[in-house]
Amino acid sequence: MTTAPERALDELDISDDPGPGGQVGRPVLRYGGADRTTGAQRFVADLRFPGALQVALVTVPVGCADILGIDASAARAIHGVVDVVTPADLPSPMPRFGVSHTDRPVLADGRVNYHGEPVAAVVAETLDAAQAAARAVRVDYRELPGVYTLDAALAPGAHLVQEPSVRPGHALADTNVLEEAHYAWGDVEAEEGRSAVVVENTYTFPMVTHFPIEPGGTVVVPTDQGGLDVYSPVQHPYLLQRTIASVIGLPLNQVRVVAPDPGGGFGGKQNPKLEPLLAFLALHTRRPCRLVLSLEETFQSMRRAGCRIRARTGFTEDGELTFHLVEADFLIGAYADVAPRVMGKGSYVAAGPYRIPGVRIDARAVMTTTTPSTAFRGFGSPQVAWATESQLDAGARLLGLDGLEIRRRNLVAKDEAFVRGESAATADGEWRQSLDKAAELIGWGTPLPPNRGRGIAVGIKPGATSGLSQSLVRLLCDGSAIVYAGTSDMGQGARTLWQQIVADELGTPLDQVSVVSGDTGTVPFDLQTSASRSTVFMGSAVLEACRDVRQRVLDLYAEATGIPAEQLEERPGALVTPDGELSLPEAARTALGSLRGEFIGQGTRRLRGKGSHPLGGDAAFYEFNATAIEVEVDRETGELLLTRHVTVSDVGTELNPLQVVSQDEGAAIMGLGHSQMEQLLLDEHGRIRNLGALDYRIPTFKDVPVELLTAAVENHDGPGPYGSKGISEGALLCTAGALGAAVAEATGVVIRDLPLTPERVWTALQSAPDRAD
Amino acid sequence: MTTSDHLVDDALQTVTLTVNGSERTVAVPAHRTLLDGLRDEVGLPGTKSCCAEGECGACTVLLDGKAVNSCLVLCVEAEGHEVTTVEGLSADGLTDLQEEFLNAGAVQCGFCIPGQVVAAEYLLRTNPSPDEAEIREALSGNLCRCAGYQRIVRAVQATAERRGAAR
Repeated sequence: MTTAPERALDELDISDDPGPGGQVGRPVLRYGGADRTTGAQRFVADLRFPGALQVALVTVPVGCADILGIDASAARAIHGVVDVVTPADLPSPMPRFGVSHTDRPVLADGRVNYHGEPVAAVVAETLDAAQAAARAVRVDYRELPGVYTLDAALAPGAHLVQEPSVRPGHALADTNVLEEAHYAWGDVEAEEGRSAVVVENTYTFPMVTHFPIEPGGTVVVPTDQGGLDVYSPVQHPYLLQRTIASVIGLPLNQVRVVAPDPGGGFGGKQNPKLEPLLAFLALHTRRPCRLVLSLEETFQSMRRAGCRIRARTGFTEDGELTFHLVEADFLIGAYADVAPRVMGKGSYVAAGPYRIPGVRIDARAVMTTTTPSTAFRGFGSPQVAWATESQLDAGARLLGLDGLEIRRRNLVAKDEAFVRGESAATADGEWRQSLDKAAELIGWGTPLPPNRGRGIAVGIKPGATSGLSQSLVRLLCDGSAIVYAGTSDMGQGARTLWQQIVADELGTPLDQVSVVSGDTGTVPFDLQTSASRSTVFMGSAVLEACRDVRQRVLDLYAEATGIPAEQLEERPGALVTPDGELSLPEAARTALGSLRGEFIGQGTRRLRGKGSHPLGGDAAFYEFNATAIEVEVDRETGELLLTRHVTVSDVGTELNPLQVVSQDEGAAIMGLGHSQMEQLLLDEHGRIRNLGALDYRIPTFKDVPVELLTAAVENHDGPGPYGSKGISEGALLCTAGALGAAVAEATGVVIRDLPLTPERVWTALQSAPDRAD
Repeated sequence: MTTSDHLVDDALQTVTLTVNGSERTVAVPAHRTLLDGLRDEVGLPGTKSCCAEGECGACTVLLDGKAVNSCLVLCVEAEGHEVTTVEGLSADGLTDLQEEFLNAGAVQCGFCIPGQVVAAEYLLRTNPSPDEAEIREALSGNLCRCAGYQRIVRAVQATAERRGAAR
């Protein structure tokens, strides 16, 4: 194997540009980066739409209520108000949309199902008028006994979030369980019988919100042709296009989605939310309609599912896992969004990357009258990994093993199954290398001062299980190139990779490759920007488009020169002729001749799903990460000082080491957010108590570990270009487990509820000063 | 409540201020923040809005040379004062600080970066050779959800070194 040296504090060499042919694998600086430092980058709120109407949402101050009436007369009287749109102004029945269930109404349909759900919308000439009018709309409502916790939602006779008539005859129709997932293999009872040690515990993982620094927003402009132009910083422009076309009843070509780069997405900007409402407002008023969200409205639009996991785990005397039982309840919201898949995909890996003879996993997506939970970096894996990794440490403590040793004894080897049965999954990397590297970098086994402890944990997440990415590459007559790739660049740096690939494959200087994205009107289809898929899927499509260009250059060169095509050979950046090798741009110029023109290459990467597979198909790759943390605990205050945090990812091949480092550091710190400080708190009316940046804390500069080291294992064994895998989520999968284990070692106290706030740690220290397990 | 409670106070105040070296006069309601005045009236959208309550730092500008959250300053309060935005810092092309942000890999989604650049510039002007703790402290009011914190610290250190070498 090769491992990149730990790169937190040393300088990656960015100075030496080898030119075309050597760009992949280099720390090429971010495409579009300069505009991001000068303020020239235009996010959706920065775009100007002359004559646009401003939109404000009307809500009620509770999480669950029947709407009895809406009186907008006072609001309409306000100067500048154009209209107040209520459900009565929308088609009947209320249009609904959604990615896994078509359940989400454009406006609350007689009932508010979460705090912040819009019941009406004001459109006005100015934002001041719109907001004043939104406050002036009188909504008559009757609060209902909403369900805001798992216990409340699962209690007998609980208020049902979804009308049972929505799924007549369904076994779960009279419950708040939207979907279940079950995975099982082996003889769990027999395995328990031969276990030397069994541990059983319950773990909780909080609801957390994405908190993109760009809250986001939408502008919809009606076109003269009867269509709609939709501006929204979405991760999935093509899904939004399809959704708008479907709810409005337009052909796809009449809906153009322009997606300015999201100012942070993290999964929260994947699926349509308020865009269909804006589309109806634009149709209703025949004017451009603009809604820029506040951060508070963003909190009310996206979050990660909370989770409670009961786990029962057995080990032999040697520390080998015998069985693992998991019951995981995901606290999802009022509408399905993609939450059932988060539950199903997260729980699929709830046994971790381990060799376990007997496993049973039962997971449920439990609806509550809260903000719909959606995709969030990690997609269900961090929740289950918190429990499973903590269980390994619980077993290790009883057996007198340490956290590294018990993982070494159970981690699967490459090509070995960690999910067995009909939907088996095998390790697609030498994962032990990442574990060992993390142990080495943390200084595992070296002596520690008092009140310090170390923990180590591993995490896996399935990549995309199906997908389609299409790309076009145009090689222009002067040798420059334009790539069309529909991946949304939300900070991961996708465009930089396409630039690098094209530079190497076509022999074009890096600064003469431009990338067009974020416009369904000009850029070919891409299924979505999610699941760390883009390097593998779109990267392969771009690579194939470059090869298509090279073949076309070869064919036309043969035609233009009369040299038989069999005597020509194309290779990255070059055309080999009987007279020697030409750079591809040079060959292209000769082939095009005096008429000039260009070459257009097309690339497609398609992964068909498997209908029989519970995830819809085998994952294209797995993200594997090992994290090790050293922590110092202040026993007087419960505060945690992270003295060292190491994260090692199995990346296949680093196409751009600087971007891998950025993603790994960012994911690691985001993982510290849900591990140490972040949690959405609700009051008895289902309102978010810590609504906004004053009360909801995310990591700041001062929360970064004293030392944060990242490293990558490269074995060039991924399915993407040059052996790459997806990488953007790994470093937060098991942060919590590593931190929890470190705190346990430092204090002797085990905490099973996240986040590990000072208050929680202090309280635990008071109640159990000298005990582990 | 009566309708009059909801009347919009849109009486406009004339405010004259210096933005990036040029005198600008705008007419805004008294409740309009400097952030919104800069973005919507002066036409400089490089300064970003996120929390709008002084917690995230995305809207950081220099007011008379001092870093402030422009969401917490009323536009009328800036009457007669000098404001420097991220656009003003980069009027002559990328600064050394902006270059180092790029070199360090500190720029991801980019939404917080204008505020980070302004806050870091203020730090370097008031403390030309900050240590790591001082950088973390000075920038602790600027959130980055991509969490490029360690990269940003590196960028500030590299800029301080460059400026130190040039002195």
